[in-house]
Amino acid sequence: MDNQIIFAGFGGQGILSMGRFIAHAGLHEGKHVSWLPSYGPEMRGGTANCNVIVSDEEVGSPIISEATALVVMNQPSLEKFESYVAPGGVIISDSDLVPVKPERSDVRVFSMPATKMAYDLGNPTFAGVILLGKLIKETDVVGYDSFEAALKGILKPKKHYLIPEEMKALRMGADY
Amino acid sequence: MGEKILMKGNEVIAEAALRAGCRHYFGYPITPQTEVAHYMARKMEEIGGTFVQAESEVAAINMVYGAASAGVRAMTSSSSPGISLKQEGISYAAGAELPVVIIDIVRCGPGLGGILPAQCDYFQMVKGGGHGDYHNIVLAPQGVQEMYELVVDAFNLADKYRNPVVVMGDGYMGQMMEAVEFRDVERIERYDKPWAACGSEMKREHNTITSIYIEADVLEAHVNHLYEKYRLIEENEVRADVFNCDGADVIIAAYGTCARVTKNVIKDAAKMGIKVGLIRPVTLWPFPKKAFEQYASVPKGILTVEMSMGQMVEDVKLAVGGRNNVYFYGRTGGNVPAQKDILAEVVKIARGEGGDLR
Repeated sequence: MDNQIIFAGFGGQGILSMGRFIAHAGLHEGKHVSWLPSYGPEMRGGTANCNVIVSDEEVGSPIISEATALVVMNQPSLEKFESYVAPGGVIISDSDLVPVKPERSDVRVFSMPATKMAYDLGNPTFAGVILLGKLIKETDVVGYDSFEAALKGILKPKKHYLIPEEMKALRMGADY
Repeated sequence: MGEKILMKGNEVIAEAALRAGCRHYFGYPITPQTEVAHYMARKMEEIGGTFVQAESEVAAINMVYGAASAGVRAMTSSSSPGISLKQEGISYAAGAELPVVIIDIVRCGPGLGGILPAQCDYFQMVKGGGHGDYHNIVLAPQGVQEMYELVVDAFNLADKYRNPVVVMGDGYMGQMMEAVEFRDVERIERYDKPWAACGSEMKREHNTITSIYIEADVLEAHVNHLYEKYRLIEENEVRADVFNCDGADVIIAAYGTCARVTKNVIKDAAKMGIKVGLIRPVTLWPFPKKAFEQYASVPKGILTVEMSMGQMVEDVKLAVGGRNNVYFYGRTGGNVPAQKDILAEVVKIARGEGGDLR
């Protein structure tokens, strides 16, 4: 399997971290991975995106020309990256932040109120993890256990108390 | 050891340098390589090394000159406009035969240009950049694992030949995260430095590090000595990754990120019945002329792909020596040649419909 995933949204939403979690989890499974962030002028303008590849084969170009999945957390990102998704691919968006739905009819679209769900869970920063739950469910890019391992690897020990809640949010997104 | 970890290219540069025994780093921040300095600032304090954020790039390269003169492994890092400022110091280090390691994580120019990735520093690193007759050894990684290996090799080569060594990657090479394994500890070589100006304790003649030779014949002899060294380097240190070239219709010459995109193009082209090979120079200087000579008769020609207006293509042309058509495709300003656009060029060339002939 070759997963080519674009994560995009505003700076500060944890877009780059979402990509990092998936890349880490992929590496945990012994896959080949790459994570390429936007670091150019658009980042200074407040938007952020990253290209993450998780593959059974060695990664060629780390730059995604055809995405198997797109996870978006703002409207401009959907407009910018919708056309990158290959037919049959997946678009996952936070409907609280991306009011207009994707136009594509040849891809699978999952538009879910991740921000509201995160507030209901008592932690608005979980919106990203909720979306990742849906991504994992729909693409099988990584396993849930690997995701948990990635959290353990990335989060500082003093933040490890958050992991059960993060995993709960992940499952919630998957089951939506 | 043996564990693969996910790290940014810039962080791997710093970690590789530390593992290679570099305990003296001097730098000045500039996007897209600032993480090298961040990492060094944190780690040098932990291990008792020296980290200086200098007042300028000029100061930083001269601090490296000083540290290298004393015989320690020293490094600086910067990006294109900062590297321009360092060129005087690099020329002095070449003249004084100092083993200095310089990292250039290239951004787009000229001038302040922009912060996005580019390969438009090829001329300034491979062809000189500073004044005088000299060469840098220039290494070009294509990913994070190779970044580790080439930074280690840079310190080895610098000491072995007493020469500046540059590790040059486009901005994506610094910003990208991939898995890295800090393997092959035996890769790290150590060299005695009897020439170093590190204190004679009055037990020997003192060593002098200099690049000034006022007498014409003395300077000429010195430069001839440098060129004898360069001849040895060209003989012994050329490296290239030659991939899929036997029986290829078209060969692409590319390094760094462009080589990575080319790997995908090779697969796309194969589906269309076109066999594409890749010659990826790992050493930009010494340039892998022989690889190009060997495949100069590839039926449809050689396409050079760069994130510039065409710099390495000049060396490809020299190596091919008029025996075949050499085409160019490049993007600049921070854009990266897209997979589909490179493929379109390949298809045109394979069908004999031309291209940007250089």
